[in-house]
Amino acid sequence: MNLTARDLGLFALMGAVLAMVGMFQSWQLAITILNMSLISAIMALGVNMQWGYAGLFNVGVMGFTAVGGLAVVLVAQPPVPEAWAAGGLGILLGLMLGVATILAAIAVYKHLSPGKLRGAAIFGVLAVGYLLTSYVFGPAKSAVQAVNPASEGYLGGLNMPVILAWPVGAVFAAGVAWLVGKVSLGLRSDYLAIATLGISEIVIAVMKHERWLARGVNNVTGIDRPVPRPVDLQPQPWVQSLAETLGWNVSQTASVLSGLGYAGLFVIVLALLIWLAERALNSPWGRMMRAIRDNEVSARAMGKNVTKRHLNIFVLGSAVCGLAGAMMVSMDGQLTPGSYEPLRFTFLIWVMVIVGGSGNNWGAVLGAFVIWFLWVQVEPAGRWFMEVVTSGMADGSELKQHLLGSAAYMRLLTMGVALLLMLRFAPRGLIPER
Amino acid sequence: MDKPVLIGDAMTGGYGGADILHDCTIAVDKGQIAVIVGPNGAGKSTAMKAVFGMLKLRKGAVRLNGEDITTLTPQARVAKGMGFVPQTSNIFPSMSVEENLEMGAFIRRDDFQETIEQVYDLFPILRDKRRQAAGELSGGQRQQVAVGRALMTKPSVLMLDEPTAGVSPIVMDELFDRIIEIARSGISILMVEQNARQALEIADKGYVLVQGANRYTDTGRALLADPDVRKSFLGG
Amino acid sequence: MEPLNALVSVTNFMLIPALAYGSQLALGALGITLIYSILRFAHFAHGDTMALGTAAVIGGTFFLQARGISISPLPTAVLAIPFGMVVLIGYLLIADRLVYRYYRKVKAKPMIFVMASLGVMFVTNGITRLFMGVGETRFEDGERFIFSVRDFRDFTGLAEGMALRNAQALTIVTALIGMVVLFWFLNRTRAGKSMRAYSDNEDLALLSGINPERVVIITWVITGMLLVTAGTLYGLDKGFRPFNYFQLLLPMFAAAILGGLGSPVGAIVGAYIVAFAEMGITYAWRRVFSYLMPEGLEPTSMMQLLPVDYKFAVTFAILVIVLLFRPTGIFKGKVL
Repeated sequence: MNLTARDLGLFALMGAVLAMVGMFQSWQLAITILNMSLISAIMALGVNMQWGYAGLFNVGVMGFTAVGGLAVVLVAQPPVPEAWAAGGLGILLGLMLGVATILAAIAVYKHLSPGKLRGAAIFGVLAVGYLLTSYVFGPAKSAVQAVNPASEGYLGGLNMPVILAWPVGAVFAAGVAWLVGKVSLGLRSDYLAIATLGISEIVIAVMKHERWLARGVNNVTGIDRPVPRPVDLQPQPWVQSLAETLGWNVSQTASVLSGLGYAGLFVIVLALLIWLAERALNSPWGRMMRAIRDNEVSARAMGKNVTKRHLNIFVLGSAVCGLAGAMMVSMDGQLTPGSYEPLRFTFLIWVMVIVGGSGNNWGAVLGAFVIWFLWVQVEPAGRWFMEVVTSGMADGSELKQHLLGSAAYMRLLTMGVALLLMLRFAPRGLIPER
Repeated sequence: MDKPVLIGDAMTGGYGGADILHDCTIAVDKGQIAVIVGPNGAGKSTAMKAVFGMLKLRKGAVRLNGEDITTLTPQARVAKGMGFVPQTSNIFPSMSVEENLEMGAFIRRDDFQETIEQVYDLFPILRDKRRQAAGELSGGQRQQVAVGRALMTKPSVLMLDEPTAGVSPIVMDELFDRIIEIARSGISILMVEQNARQALEIADKGYVLVQGANRYTDTGRALLADPDVRKSFLGG
Repeated sequence: MEPLNALVSVTNFMLIPALAYGSQLALGALGITLIYSILRFAHFAHGDTMALGTAAVIGGTFFLQARGISISPLPTAVLAIPFGMVVLIGYLLIADRLVYRYYRKVKAKPMIFVMASLGVMFVTNGITRLFMGVGETRFEDGERFIFSVRDFRDFTGLAEGMALRNAQALTIVTALIGMVVLFWFLNRTRAGKSMRAYSDNEDLALLSGINPERVVIITWVITGMLLVTAGTLYGLDKGFRPFNYFQLLLPMFAAAILGGLGSPVGAIVGAYIVAFAEMGITYAWRRVFSYLMPEGLEPTSMMQLLPVDYKFAVTFAILVIVLLFRPTGIFKGKVL
């Protein structure tokens, strides 16, 4: 855990930039950027474990964060008794039947010798299993979704403390990662990339369309928060007196305080993760991982089970992404499956890791801060740029409207250029691996 | 004797690190067969690669027909009239035999149909299998494709890196016969061989390399007769 | 029992759309497989470059439409395809010159190439959206149908109707022509053979005097042509939305892997398998069975194996099965 003066300087610079946002734009914005940067830093940390330690290319970050977010709903939301009564058992039974079908098919595959008989048997098992599952599952699902659909229509959660959802989110993501890794690790390295790309699309599809699970595109809102909401803080006398001292209005003070509460929690989690990750990296295990990354063939020859080690690290890294996803949902207080976009939740994280310095945990953290800051600030900058460009044009001209309207996409371009420039001219990133 | 067609003169160099070749000289005359033999790790293949320009020389020169080609790339040397058959992956496996030959003639802009016919005359089996993917052929037939491909540029020198590695003794004899036939047509042959005894039998000139330097140089027959060479390198 | 009506129904709602979709995928998957065999990396910017090329075609179409030029009954877009190709090929070659060529020179690992293609993907994505926004753009004009449901009913007297949309027929025919031309190029021309040779054995190709940079350029040119064709056909068929093009990445990769990465025939076969599986599994078979089953036994449910929203799950399942049982694909592609 050794940072050079230069690294510290970079972090200090980043802090100064955020402070300037606070002074010149608003402190709310600064805190928002800070919190999202912290969450992104955790995601980047997860990706960095996979890429930096093991050279694994995960293009499904979005899926793992979304699964983590799902955990928040399932843990923290109150259960919906009517829905459980209407079809809870049917859904559970249906899910179990589905899993049993797959297990049965695997068992048939393992126990019968190859041939037409085996093919037919597997097909039969799958067909019967499918029919049974949909017979049980379908009606139960409709029944659940029909319960008070405007505000519920889903089974709800376990009504447990929301903080508990964070580790659960990590476990969910780890489970999905294990399945994907089991299938695609040990093959050509780009297969993992394509498989993760696929699973993340599927996770999002499931979350959007299985309304009994977490209301799908209807979103779950008003989820319990681990820190007081600004509205709850506003009436507090100490908040009001603090606002007076600072010369801010009360609502601003309250939202900054609430944001700082999150920031505190996130910093604790991030610090813990970095501490663990750094210890792991410098342990014999970490050295082995890097040895495998740098020369897979010789590591294999030395008797290391490369595929198994890769599976370990892939699951771990994905779990970290899931944790971050859960934290994000509990900060927003809502789960909106429609908002998960691969560019934002997968590829932007990659830009963070590459820009920050792959293989270096501090680099990933710094990259997250820098890139998230750019991501937020490039849009207004792009709009300003477009306004300058179009200032000479007649108001209301179609081209002007179009250019102003498309300013938002400048940031995709900027991110791409940033990634390409870093990859080409400073492939080791802002804080290189050492 | 007049000047050799191809000479790697006093070559010294390696793959960036320590030198592998030390003042090593390899030459071949027109229409003759020169064979490089020696123990494992003697730098046989390295010497061949140096002649072909796949390795940077620190000292020494390579001359083809009297012209200094030391600084040319391998591709440029092919254009100058050198043909090279690598030891492994020396064919295009998914392409047909005929396409392999066409690719050998890629740098030729004239009509090379005649050369293809010559290769088929030399290796009749290839004519029968012309439409078949080269990767589906037997080991010996693949070597024939590889040699045929290198002949397509009508080289003045043909270089073969262990052409008989991994083929059966019968196929090996057959292949050596063909190589003699190629040499008779006026093409000089430079080859590295693991099967030293058989190779020296057909060699006009033999080079015994040890640790990247010339140890013995003589006609193939003389080397075979030399008791020292026999004892150290030919197993008695 | 009315098997004829069942057949018409399945053709109308499943076979024709799947054939069109499969043809679009095939052209895209061919590009993936070509880049994989020549440049040896998984081209993640594929979907977004396809969107960019299509955007250029749409621009050209609007330009032509504004001038009243049309080739009805064919859509005007067909006339704009060459323009789109020129734009996209130019873009791909610039991207190669600025980005990928350097990594070839330093012989970077394949994953670095993939990473670079992510950067290109972002930039391309941004450019496309700058011009087109994120919403849907429709640019189909000319005749809509070769024959409509009504035409078909009147003609055959069957209860069930069938329509063949212009865009679908155009897709199937164009894709077929595209494939034939591509195979002719690869198998019969000097440049095509040099590409295959380079893909087969890079070192020997160099030795034979094949210029790798030339091969790379040809590859991008062909890829650009395939992408613009595929993207335009897809857009005519289903409308243009940049994000949908990004999402085509998964089925295109699945098709290429299923067929065997590096095998053009495999890419085509894989594309049709993926398309038919996606459509077949998410298609509601109720209508078909209601014609096939005897009176009184008609199905009451939708007879749909999976909701349409899960068509990616079908693709993914195919991918998983291939990875588990035959990672080299149907037509053995490049092995590990």
